[in-house]
Amino acid sequence: MAILPELILLIAAVAFFVLSIFPQKEKDALSSTAIFFGCATVVASLVNHNSQAVLFAGSYMVDGFSQFFKLVMSFGLVAVLVMGRRMKDIEESVRPEYYMFLFLSTLGLMMLVSSIELIAIFVALELSSFALYLLVPMRNDQNGLRAQMEAGIKYILFGVVATGFMLYGMSYIFGLTGTTYLKEIAVIYPQVSSQPAAIFATLMVLAGFMFKLAVAPMHFWVPDIYEGASNETTGFIATLPKLGAVALLIRLINLLVPAGETFLIDFMVVAAVCSMFYGNLCALVQKDIKRMLGFSGIAHAGFVMVALLTLDVVGYSNAIFYITGYVFMNLACFLVINTVSQKGENLMVDDLKGLYKRQPVLAFIMMLSFFALAGIPPFTGFIGKFFILASALAKDHLYLVIMAAINTAIAIYYYLSVVKAAYTDASEERPMVELDGLTKFVGLALVLVIVFMGVFPAVVLDMANAAVSSVASM
Amino acid sequence: MDNLNIDGGFPLLSFLIFLPLAGAMVLLLYRKETFARFWTLFITSVTALCSLRILSRFNTGSSEYQLMEQHAWIPSLKIQYVIGIDGISVLLVMLTTIIMPLCVLASWRYIKTRITAFMVCLLVMETSMLGVFMALDFVLFYVLWEFMLIPMYMLIAIWGGPRKVYASIKFFLYTLAGSVLLLVAIIALSLKNNGSFYIPDMMWNASYGDTFQILVFLAFALAFAIKVPMFPFHTWLPAAHVEAPTAGSVILASVLLKMGTYGFLRFCLPITPYAASFLAPYLLWLSIAGIIYGGFTALAQHDMKKLIAYSSVGHMGFVTLGIFVFNVHGVEGAILQMINHGVTTGALFLCVGMIYERTHSRELRSATGLGKYMPWYATFLTFFALSSFGFPGTNSFIGEFLIIAGAFDHSIALALACIPGAVLAAAYMLRMLQKIVWGGTDNPDQSHLNDLGLREIVTLTPFLIFVFWIGLGPQPFLDLIHTSVGDLLTQFNSWEQQQHVAQLLLR
Repeated sequence: MAILPELILLIAAVAFFVLSIFPQKEKDALSSTAIFFGCATVVASLVNHNSQAVLFAGSYMVDGFSQFFKLVMSFGLVAVLVMGRRMKDIEESVRPEYYMFLFLSTLGLMMLVSSIELIAIFVALELSSFALYLLVPMRNDQNGLRAQMEAGIKYILFGVVATGFMLYGMSYIFGLTGTTYLKEIAVIYPQVSSQPAAIFATLMVLAGFMFKLAVAPMHFWVPDIYEGASNETTGFIATLPKLGAVALLIRLINLLVPAGETFLIDFMVVAAVCSMFYGNLCALVQKDIKRMLGFSGIAHAGFVMVALLTLDVVGYSNAIFYITGYVFMNLACFLVINTVSQKGENLMVDDLKGLYKRQPVLAFIMMLSFFALAGIPPFTGFIGKFFILASALAKDHLYLVIMAAINTAIAIYYYLSVVKAAYTDASEERPMVELDGLTKFVGLALVLVIVFMGVFPAVVLDMANAAVSSVASM
Repeated sequence: MDNLNIDGGFPLLSFLIFLPLAGAMVLLLYRKETFARFWTLFITSVTALCSLRILSRFNTGSSEYQLMEQHAWIPSLKIQYVIGIDGISVLLVMLTTIIMPLCVLASWRYIKTRITAFMVCLLVMETSMLGVFMALDFVLFYVLWEFMLIPMYMLIAIWGGPRKVYASIKFFLYTLAGSVLLLVAIIALSLKNNGSFYIPDMMWNASYGDTFQILVFLAFALAFAIKVPMFPFHTWLPAAHVEAPTAGSVILASVLLKMGTYGFLRFCLPITPYAASFLAPYLLWLSIAGIIYGGFTALAQHDMKKLIAYSSVGHMGFVTLGIFVFNVHGVEGAILQMINHGVTTGALFLCVGMIYERTHSRELRSATGLGKYMPWYATFLTFFALSSFGFPGTNSFIGEFLIIAGAFDHSIALALACIPGAVLAAAYMLRMLQKIVWGGTDNPDQSHLNDLGLREIVTLTPFLIFVFWIGLGPQPFLDLIHTSVGDLLTQFNSWEQQQHVAQLLLR
């Protein structure tokens, strides 16, 4: 059963669909069921870690590359389910549907990383995206501003336009090569890849996934949607889809961007620099933590682009390492946000004041994950950045590397301001924060992963290398 | 990697690095406050005692890296865990291990809140400081160099004075911003060495171009000059010193500042010799500026901690002066002066901390006339103040004498320019001493103050011993550093001659 994780997610989605028909009496039953399915997915991904298979008429491939991403996604899913299991800001009547769409979206992402055919890619991407579009407006309307509706409509409009770009590009690729299978495209495309039509097609297709990863110029949706969606939903949007986006960007860049193509590389350099500066400079002035993390996500996406534009196996595996670390760091941040937020409202930086006194363990988790995001050793954020800078400098992108290094220095200020609020400011009568055992366990586990990936990066890096090698050899 | 001198015996250096870390882990699990104090004192003392073993195993006749240990760390990037010490780092390692238990003693009563967390920070600090001085792999060095910012930031930000937020963020931003380009330079250097990050591989490499060397040197110098701090980059130092708790100030002054000058010696000279000699005049005159500026500013301070902080700027100016005159006297004096500054300034910060514990003020005015009621305190303070301005018979005299002798060898103008600094040092130190011990006719009532207790005397005595030991019999210390310094300068000079010959041949 090479697609066991996907099947479990599908079963979970169907189960919640059935549950949504009947009224709920037991409050915790839903979240326990969800966490159970999440854990089952983790087990299935672990069992299938080394499976190899080609399914569905050659459009779906289970290999080291896809299985690595599925494993990380399943861990991320469990973390999201645990941190959001109080469902503080989701109306009770729609909770089963909420879980259904959450599982469907994860299912779409898992299918996405396995798809090796353009139509399959499109279908998987839409499955995950449309489920996500629906999660955003499911927030309770606490202050009557209907911000979640605004966020939802923005997300769906921008998302559909980005998909439109991608589909348009795919049609060009089909027109140039006469096939939708990536394997066959890989054979034919090099002959046509220098044509303007091919470059245009590549740009369009990349745009679709740059939207998912939130790289400039496709970044503009991030802050409003992060702010408008509930904390649980944002925790999901900020993490798992980025994995899918990076996986597909690796597949497509490897396929569509020939080594000597300076225009596309220059385009990616500009995109990376703009993302880093825009993200970091805007994050400096944010008061809302989710918005701040949104902008910081744009900056991190720029870093991933730095890794991708090296166009070699080392760069790709560095990108995988970096985004994996980023997902865990972000999950830890959102775990803190979800727990500190009393009724699911958005958190301002000031709301974290005195967190050290109100809940020391959470403060510790938050400090570590923010320092890790800032790229301070010995955490995964630093070592990932270091790998990326090293691979980019090896390809003679000196100015890009200097820009990236300068951005690290800019970014530290806003990360530090959050740590400062938690550790040095007085709590000013803000309430204590309760932390239950399961959340604490998951939070500390995330911290352990962040430290482990920073101190012993060779383990995950080797996994990433193995994953990439199966793509590069395709 | 031909000069690997792996020591097969007990991994002493790793033990020293990881013992404090293990101690910190224990404290994370068992958080009782009284236990935390004694446990930290125990761990740091054991580290200090074990570090004495270094001296018996260290061969003073060899300039190679000794007690080396090597393990693969990230094999795909040729990054290793490789540590070792030579004459340049051995004294700094000893200084760090010996000062830490004294810092714990100094914080015994001073720290009243979150004691366990404070002790964890101290222990983690010790791990990373020792690691920085021992690391022979550039990535390992950088990881520890940057990581240190977190516990130091915490020390200032949580247990600091009223303006702790400003001081801690300024410290963090300044030092981090300085070292981001260091990372780029490290990667660039490794690319020139087939991807190796082993520091000795990078030294004396003739394939670096002149421009490359200058760029790398500038990236290095920015990071190190901020850490030292050299004259225009010093503004974070007074803020951080004033707001930090006593132990934080002592660590900052005694160990952290040394990392900058250690970096200059360890990296700038051997890796970028051309750039070092090309840019030396600028650094020398910046050092002079620092000496004079630090002296005048210290003269005008009313806050004792600020006064000592600015005096640090001056003293560290002497150290960088000694390094960049490129002769044996200068460099040996510089290393010795690093140790001296660590001993003397550390002790002075402890003294200020002791007043602060009693009067809750660091103002010079409120501490006037203490000598009458605190004779022991006045005695200690007098010796440390004399040592600070280089009075003959104390440690700083030896260091400054060697440095000035080296400066005379290099250029008379330079040596003359730094003399006012030495005079200024006497002026500000004697002014402080006079006010604290005697004061004037309008002294505040100090009769309620107790003299030093046993714990405080125990804390200060080791410093006093080193003040006189280095001051009267510096030879054992010089023996430790002499071979390595000699070797460094021989290689530096022969490299310069080679360049000279090559230039002649090219014509």
